[in-house]
Amino acid sequence: MGILEVKDVGKRFGGLQALGDVNLSVKENSVHAIIGPNGAGKSTLLNCFVGKLIPDTGSVTFDGQSVLGRTPYEINQMGISRVFQTPEIFGDLSVMENMMIPIFAKRDGAFRLQAIPHMMEEKDIVEAAEKQLVDMNMADKRNMHAAAMSRGDKRRLEIGMCLAQEPRLLLLDEPTAGMARADTNNTIDLLKQIKDERDITIAIIEHDMHVVFSLAERITVLAQGTPLVEDTPDNIKGHPKVREAYLGEAA
Amino acid sequence: MFGLEKKDWNLLLFVAALVALAPFILNPFPENSAMAQFNAGYPDLMQRFVIFGIFAIGFNILFGLTGYLSFGHAAFLGVGSYAAIWMMKLLTMNVIPAIILSVIVAGIFSVLVGYVTLRRSGIYFSILTLAFAQMSYSLAYSVLTPITGGETGLQPKVSDPRILDGAIADGTIPKANLFGLEMGASFDLSIAGWVFTFNAGYYIAAIVMLASFYLAIRIFRSPFGLMMRAVKSNQQRMNYTGLNTKPYTLAAFVISGMYAGLAGGLMVAMDTQAGPERMFWTASGEVVLMTILGGAGTLIGPVLGAGVIKYMENILSKINSDILHGWFAFMPDGMEDFTVAILYPFIGKGWHLTLGILFMLVVIFLPGGLVEGGQRIRALFGRGKAEDKPSTEPAE
Ligand SMILES: Nc1ncnc2c1ncn2[C@@H]1O[C@H](COP(=O)(O)OP(=O)(O)OP(=O)(O)O)[C@@H](O)[C@H]1O
Ligand SMILES: [Mg+2]
Repeated sequence: MGILEVKDVGKRFGGLQALGDVNLSVKENSVHAIIGPNGAGKSTLLNCFVGKLIPDTGSVTFDGQSVLGRTPYEINQMGISRVFQTPEIFGDLSVMENMMIPIFAKRDGAFRLQAIPHMMEEKDIVEAAEKQLVDMNMADKRNMHAAAMSRGDKRRLEIGMCLAQEPRLLLLDEPTAGMARADTNNTIDLLKQIKDERDITIAIIEHDMHVVFSLAERITVLAQGTPLVEDTPDNIKGHPKVREAYLGEAA
Repeated sequence: MFGLEKKDWNLLLFVAALVALAPFILNPFPENSAMAQFNAGYPDLMQRFVIFGIFAIGFNILFGLTGYLSFGHAAFLGVGSYAAIWMMKLLTMNVIPAIILSVIVAGIFSVLVGYVTLRRSGIYFSILTLAFAQMSYSLAYSVLTPITGGETGLQPKVSDPRILDGAIADGTIPKANLFGLEMGASFDLSIAGWVFTFNAGYYIAAIVMLASFYLAIRIFRSPFGLMMRAVKSNQQRMNYTGLNTKPYTLAAFVISGMYAGLAGGLMVAMDTQAGPERMFWTASGEVVLMTILGGAGTLIGPVLGAGVIKYMENILSKINSDILHGWFAFMPDGMEDFTVAILYPFIGKGWHLTLGILFMLVVIFLPGGLVEGGQRIRALFGRGKAEDKPSTEPAE
């Protein structure tokens, strides 16, 4: 049994069958990549894991518990964090404040009314946020307005915010899209390091094959809403069906 | 000190000094000079400054921090007023129980209203709050007449029970007091041509206002304040970060509703009457103007905005055409009439026009409100650099 079990998941948007009978099992403490051409349904599938969409059919369980029908914040509190295809951060807040919020959420749960103490006096939160900023190589940007950062930095901040929660499952939707080569390599190194240091499962959607083959232990190829094959990176590289459906045009 | 950063502590001291010295600061002109009509240091108006300051500080906790624009906050102020006056009628003319009850009742009412209206955001939220406030106004005016006094409103009467107070002599009206100290009690200090009035009610309201301001600073800097700013910035990210935005916004709504109730209770304490017009939508709009004019999301902005609007409402509106003619009498006749004709629409009843123009100018040129204006002036003189991290801490 994987930590994330997807069974017969289907989703229609009007006349469009975005997902049809997706079966997927993500093993605990592994990196599982989902690849596929544009419009294959990758983001839609991810949306079904985090409560953004409810599939028409099938089931999604995390650690034996169904996530369907739960709200996004409940699913996050179960231990799933998500990085979006376009960075979602708190643009009006400073980088430091951005980093503190997920740590508060981890410590205090979905809601806690703490209106009197000064937020900077929460030493454990401040320390954890500072450490995460250092890990992300962003300590110098501490007081910057998050919206004023480059797209690559926003992405990095968002990944850092998710990692700061120490999730059991990290979902990444094209984490290196729009990043410069050097940033992409940094991100790969960071994710590798996290994977070695912690017990974490990572499911990653990615177009950049360099990223996929550097990180993934299993790869699922999605085309037109259905999984074509699932295998190890080496086997996927040589798979004729995959070459035809996907890599053929990318390679 | 008291859990405040140095910067915030200085701000609080500054506001405390302003408030304490208001009878002097607001009366800069000698009693019998031509400029005396610009003096704002009389108790009635000074009380209004601080009470509307409280109203705007509370409103800013909702609007400035979470971005939810309520167009019905006057309803909480009105409800607070009714609660206070009933306390005075039934229990005692001492203002403390009245003020406490007004905060509690406004709090309960805002839980109900907030629970319903916060199901929507943006313009729909604003419209829902407006609808609620207008409903409250209409109810107070009609169906609820037995508890609101309808159009005439409520005043304490000699015949009221006031179970904690002793009987009062016939023909006198019961007066609001704090353990015997009457709100209306004043003492005048005459120095040369100047007269400065120190009023008990004003100072009591001012102390409550300073406490409210202090509490607002604490809320702004707290983890809860951070969460409210996060709500304003990106609700989607909040949800996917494991935070439930609903109770956060509801808490902000209720806190600001309680501030409004406090302001309503204080109004009754200063001037013992309550009527439905206090809940009318223009009153809700006024606090929006105050907050935006002063600087939404800043600490001192709403207080400044309340001061400017109340000053204009009470001072500018009293200038009439005779006074204008007096000022421009030195001009040749034709020119005098012409100047007066030009200025006349902006004074007296036309003060709204002046306010409108001021508001537009501020919104267009100083989107951060009067506070931004102050910051720019400071930057101009090289003191205190312009904020380079606008969001880390809300500006002063
Ligand atoms: N909310 C929606 N309403 C209607 N159609 C949608 C919705 N979300 C996605 N779709 C459609 O479903 C299909 C799958 O979209 P999805 O975003 O999952 O693709 P993807 O594999 O993530 O593609 P990309 O690589 O471009 O991100 C597309 O045809 C898309 O237009
Ligand atoms: Mg996508």
